[in-house]
Amino acid sequence: MLVRLALIGLVAGVFSAVFGVGGGIIIVPLLIWLVAFPAHAATATSLGAILVTASAGVALYAARGDVRVGYAALVGLPAVVGAVVGTSVQRRLSGGTLTLSFAALLAAVGIWLLAG
Amino acid sequence: MSTWTIVAALSLGLAAGVLSGVFGVGGGILFVPTLVALGLGQVEAAATSLLAIVPTAATGVIRQRASGNLKVKAALVLGVASIVGAEVGVRIAKAVDEALLRRAFGVLLLVVAVQLAIRGVRERRRYPDVS
Repeated sequence: MLVRLALIGLVAGVFSAVFGVGGGIIIVPLLIWLVAFPAHAATATSLGAILVTASAGVALYAARGDVRVGYAALVGLPAVVGAVVGTSVQRRLSGGTLTLSFAALLAAVGIWLLAG
Repeated sequence: MSTWTIVAALSLGLAAGVLSGVFGVGGGILFVPTLVALGLGQVEAAATSLLAIVPTAATGVIRQRASGNLKVKAALVLGVASIVGAEVGVRIAKAVDEALLRRAFGVLLLVVAVQLAIRGVRERRRYPDVS
């Protein structure tokens, strides 16, 4: 289990470094697929992992002066409200519906990568 | 910045948060293009997006922990491994043709999407939506 989790994290890190999209898009499906996490647990745990990586990333970039705090607040504060709405919506979805919706999101990103 | 620009940025931020809460992603996929549209450079936009992700993900984590969905130890292992993976990713990005990488990852995502779709359909048959 630990080895698989570490591998999923590695792949997600590679993905985010190469394409600039976060690891969540990789972590969630691999947790469902490879370690049989229920969909809700997969998305929750993905957010925990993202919190770790984003915090580390901010520390690195902030040291180089690339972080614009005002702009982060402009998009980040409404996003906090959105996250409350999103988690409430998610509570009303069954695991199957959440998995199916995520499959659609994943397919869209996959097509975007192939098209770009 | 015009009023409409601010309204658009706030709306896209809200949408990124909803996406994050529903799907367990950071929201960077919307934050980065929004910040670029506001005039930030690519590096600044990526860095600033990470700062916006921190409170967004933290909110989701707190709410999900209350629901009993969060597996803390797994999240820590994933997070730390992901930081190591990012280091590797930077080297791979320099060494390998980007178009090839995009195609490989694109195909990988489509394969996983099909797996998930099959799983989702099966699960929905067994357990329909609540309320």
